[in-house]
Amino acid sequence: MELNIEDNDYRLIGAIQRGLPLVPRPYAEIGTRIGMSENEVMGRLEGLMACGVIKRLGIIVRHHELGYRANAMVVWDVPDHEADAIGPCMAGFEHVTLCYRRPRRPRWPYNLFCMIHGRDRNEVLAHVDALARRCGLEWSSRDVLFSRRRFKQRGALYVEAASS
Amino acid sequence: MMDDLDRAIVNALQDGFPICDQPYAEAAAMLGTTEMELIQRLSRLLGDGVLTRFGPLYNAERFGGAVTLAAMKVPAKEFESVAAVVNAFPEVAHNYARDHAFNMWFVVATERPERVQEVLREIGQETGCCVYDMPKIDEYFIGLRLKV
Repeated sequence: MELNIEDNDYRLIGAIQRGLPLVPRPYAEIGTRIGMSENEVMGRLEGLMACGVIKRLGIIVRHHELGYRANAMVVWDVPDHEADAIGPCMAGFEHVTLCYRRPRRPRWPYNLFCMIHGRDRNEVLAHVDALARRCGLEWSSRDVLFSRRRFKQRGALYVEAASS
Repeated sequence: MMDDLDRAIVNALQDGFPICDQPYAEAAAMLGTTEMELIQRLSRLLGDGVLTRFGPLYNAERFGGAVTLAAMKVPAKEFESVAAVVNAFPEVAHNYARDHAFNMWFVVATERPERVQEVLREIGQETGCCVYDMPKIDEYFIGLRLKV
């Protein structure tokens, strides 16, 4: 479903991109900031969710602070024509939190990327093995890129500050 | 430290938050707590850094923005200075050092789609590193959320 995004939506997106206000009537509070009624805010939010501009509304967690100390980007070289069958299999695995198909690059043969979190590196590696068995990828070329440091983690800000 | 109610809140609200007049009261009722308690706990979890954010998760492409994943091979000696340059771009949403020849991985998200390529070019110029653009071709839907 396509939605025509209006100026109002950009103001709304700008007003909530850093988070919902922690007050009993958050949608009324947002409306006050941008000159919309509570009902208009709720209606536009529902529209933005229905057409997929907002994937979901709620909590976005920091894995590390929740005890998931290890995370790896696990990359796989699978035949292109099989990617659309293997991707959903990976995405359905309990410990995978993101799964994308991306282009190969020079000296970078991998086309499927998934993120796996665990309490430590051994747990992540065990999940990778289990995932490979589950999706029939025991013999596929793969690489596990553990994160060493996180420099920045925030939701991207899509609307410039002037409008928020 | 998180207690059982904190964990129940994190598990429940990863899946969604009501759109109604008093959404905290509605979510609190489902969790068996009060509106005020829920608001206070969310505030604390955000303050403690357990939560990145409480709000919308956007799909940038759907409203005209763009996002990509980029990777670089950064010489070890230059890693800190290159990281500082990359992180200074407001369009860089997150950046991870990873154990691999491609040792720096960052996400660029912009309001104007053409800005993504400009940012990658500027990063390449300012750091002297080759920037590998790895935009998504497909995203596979994740049903389950992280259990805590």
